[in-house]
Amino acid sequence: MKICISSTGNSMDSTMDPRFGRCEFFAIVDTDTNESKLIDNAAAKAGGGAGIAAGQLLVDNDVEAIITGNVGPNANDVLRAAKIKIVRGKKVSLKDNVEMFKKDELEVIDTTVPSHSGMK
Amino acid sequence: MKIAVLSGKGGTGKTTVSASLKASIENCQYIDCDVEEPNGGIFLKPEITNVQPVMVKVPEIIKDKCTGCGECAKACQFNSMAVVKGNVLIFPELCHHCGACVLACPEDAIIEVEREIGLVETNSDQSFMHGKLNVGEPISIPIIAMLKDMMKKDGNVVIDCPPGSSCTVVESVEDCDFCILVTEPTPFGLHDLNIAVELVKKLGLKFGIVLNKASENSKIINEYCEERNIDILMEIPFSRKIAQAYSKGILPVEADEDLKKEFGQMLKNIEGKVLV
Repeated sequence: MKICISSTGNSMDSTMDPRFGRCEFFAIVDTDTNESKLIDNAAAKAGGGAGIAAGQLLVDNDVEAIITGNVGPNANDVLRAAKIKIVRGKKVSLKDNVEMFKKDELEVIDTTVPSHSGMK
Repeated sequence: MKIAVLSGKGGTGKTTVSASLKASIENCQYIDCDVEEPNGGIFLKPEITNVQPVMVKVPEIIKDKCTGCGECAKACQFNSMAVVKGNVLIFPELCHHCGACVLACPEDAIIEVEREIGLVETNSDQSFMHGKLNVGEPISIPIIAMLKDMMKKDGNVVIDCPPGSSCTVVESVEDCDFCILVTEPTPFGLHDLNIAVELVKKLGLKFGIVLNKASENSKIINEYCEERNIDILMEIPFSRKIAQAYSKGILPVEADEDLKKEFGQMLKNIEGKVLV
């Protein structure tokens, strides 16, 4: 299964970023092979619609689940339309988040936070 | 003569100055471009007789023609579209109405439809106009643009600008003959005044300053203006009487004949500067 994690840095040892649309990097991980790659989130500096653009990035990468902190209403619309599962990660390394995800220890998010929460 | 009143910082007295100026000169049109929270009408008390909706064009997908290729979302510079599993999701509030998606679509599957974002209201002779942005809408420029289109070509016009110094202010001050920058003698007032000064300089507009709430603290503004050779057109004293009248919807010029004369004098002074 291909999953994605919002990240504060560009390594699997970096801490998960609780912001979705405005995180700096995304890690894309294949949970079957443990292969991972980190990509820049170009949407992080967008004037508006960061969550939508980040959602599109995940859709284009055929991701099936996203581990993050909070998701805004617009990003939520995109992720739901793509049937991407939204999972609340913990502020620990990406690696540890992947392990917890595999063990089904992370909570599935079905609520959104207000617009622009990630701008702070 | 078209005079725009701006400030940078909010709450320094843009409406006090612009509505007072309107009330002090005859045959003057007043335009409230602060469309997120227009309040000039509270003081000028116009009888609104004409209400026009402000419409913008946003994309709509013709589903039969759309192949879900995603070119529209790639073309959008404002992230107002996403393409998911062959379906286009549109976020109309984020759309800047540029039409790039329509041009980018290889299947001619996008049409533009109208969406209301607010209103323009005027009195019968259009000597008073203001715009009102609908609650929750993020983009106010089309309303300001419509107000500017309806601006009188001849005679005196006073434009009450939005706070700040972003694109809404640029749209409001564009094509004006003169800018009045209203400030107050506080560190915040000075900080944002400086940004507003840089803005009008960059736009090549003539300008002067009205120092509102002038007090023993006025030194910071006076020094700033002296150093840069900027004219202080007028000072309005920090006064409990003015504040009390204001809180009842009464302009300082209505309570004080001398102040009204000062506003008239300021207009003459500005005329002299514009004609140079």
